[in-house]
Amino acid sequence: MSGFFKSSVGRKVAMAISAFFLMIFLLQHLFINTLSVFNPDLFNEVSHFMGTNPLVQFALQPVLIFGVVFHFVMGFILEIKNNKARQVSYAKNNGAANSTWMSRNMIWSGFVILAFIALHFIDFWFPEINTKFIKGDWSGLDDGEFRYYEHLKHKFVNPLRVVAYAVAFVFLGLHLAHGFTSAFQSVGAASLRKKLGNVGTAYAIIIPLGFILIAFFHYFKH
Amino acid sequence: MNLRLKIWRQKDARSKGQMVDYKVSEISEHMSFLEMMDVLNEQLINKGDEPVSFDHDCREGICGMCSMYINGEAHGPDRGVTTCQLHMRKFHDGETITIEPFRATAFPVIKDLVVDRSAFDRIQHAGGYISVNTSGNTQDANSIPISKHSADTAMDAAMCIGCGACVASCKNSSAMLFVGAKVSQYALLPQGQVEAADRVKNMIAQMDLEGFGNCTNTGACEVECPKGISLDVIARMNRELLKASI
Repeated sequence: MSGFFKSSVGRKVAMAISAFFLMIFLLQHLFINTLSVFNPDLFNEVSHFMGTNPLVQFALQPVLIFGVVFHFVMGFILEIKNNKARQVSYAKNNGAANSTWMSRNMIWSGFVILAFIALHFIDFWFPEINTKFIKGDWSGLDDGEFRYYEHLKHKFVNPLRVVAYAVAFVFLGLHLAHGFTSAFQSVGAASLRKKLGNVGTAYAIIIPLGFILIAFFHYFKH
Repeated sequence: MNLRLKIWRQKDARSKGQMVDYKVSEISEHMSFLEMMDVLNEQLINKGDEPVSFDHDCREGICGMCSMYINGEAHGPDRGVTTCQLHMRKFHDGETITIEPFRATAFPVIKDLVVDRSAFDRIQHAGGYISVNTSGNTQDANSIPISKHSADTAMDAAMCIGCGACVASCKNSSAMLFVGAKVSQYALLPQGQVEAADRVKNMIAQMDLEGFGNCTNTGACEVECPKGISLDVIARMNRELLKASI
C-alpha cells in the first residue's frame, strides 16, 4: 500500500480523502456557527463541549490539523511537480475552451484559503489554545459566563475583518465548486461525480454563503 | 482566405525556438489544416526556405500522428477531430492563427512542430498488452462470453489513438486519460484479467517515470480528445490501482 501512495494516482486519492474529511468538517462548523445566530446559549454549550471534550480535543482535533496541513502541503507538492511537467508554456492557450476557471486555479483559491486560515487561527484558535493549554483554564468561563459567544461577537466588530472573511469564503466557494466533484472522481467514483454535480454546486454556494451571512449578521447586530 | 500564421520554428531538439510570422493566401475553406500547411511549405520551398516540419500520416483521423496546438487548443478549435480532419472553414479570412507544438516535458520538441511522443510507447510496453500464445493454437476470442455493455465500454476506451492531445491540453501535462484508456480497454475484458494488477501498477509507474504531471480533474483532456475518451477511464484506472494495491 505504501507504493500506492507514492504514485501520482495514490497521491490524488490521498488528496481526495483529506478533502472529504475537510468538507465534512466545514458542514459541522457551519452548523455550530448557525447556532450563534438563532440560539447563543446553545452555541455556548456546543462550543464548550467541542472545546473541552477529550475525544474532540485529543483525537478529532489532531486529525483535523493533520488533514488541513496534509491537504495544503500535498497540494503544493503536486503543483510544483505539475509545473515541472511543462517547462515551456504555450504562446497562446485557450484554457477557457475546455475547462472551468475554478478547476484551473485551485492553487490560487487554495492560497487565499490558507491566508484565511492563518487569520482565523490568530482570531480564534490560538487564543483558545492559550487559554486551555498554556493557562490551563478549561472552564470556558469569562466573568462567570461562557466566553464563546462574546468572543465571536467581538471579532466581527471590525468591518475589515468581516470583508476579509467574506472574500476568503468566496474563494472557498470557488475551491469547492471544483473540489467537491473532483474528490469523487479521484477515488474512482465517476458515476457519483456525475450524479452529485448539482449537490456539489449547492454545497459550494451554501457553505461559504452561510459563513458570510453569519459574519455580516454579527457585524450589523453590533 | 488570406491568413497570417504565427508558427513555432525550432531547428532541432537542442536549439532555442521562436515564433515566426508567415502569410498564406488563396486558402480554400474546404482544405484541411494540413493541406493549408502543405501550401505554406510549397511556398517556403519555392522561396528556398526551410519548410515547417510537422507530424502527419494517415490524414483520416485514425493514426494519431498529427498534433499541433492551434489557437490555444490541441488539434484546433473543432471538437472530436484530429488536425488532419480540421477544416479551414473553422477560421475566417484575415485571421491570425497561432500554431505551436504539443508542450510537455515528456514530449520534447524534435523539430518545429514535431514532438517525441515515444513516452507513450514506453508506457504501453510497461503493460498495455495481453500475453497470448500466438503459435497457432489461439482460442477464438468470440468463444468467450462478454456482456454487450463491457464490450462497448472497452471499445470506447480502445478508440484512443495515442495522439497526446490529452497531455497537450492538460494544464498539468498529465497522461492519465491515455493511460486510463489503455488500462480500461483490458480491464473490461476477460482476456485482460490475468495481468490486470501488474498492468495498472507498471503502466502508472512508467507514466510517473516519464515526467507527466498529476491529474487535477479539470476535464480539458476529455473535451479536446479527438476520439471522445471519457474521464470515466481515469476513474476506472484509479479503482484498478487501488484494487491492485490492497
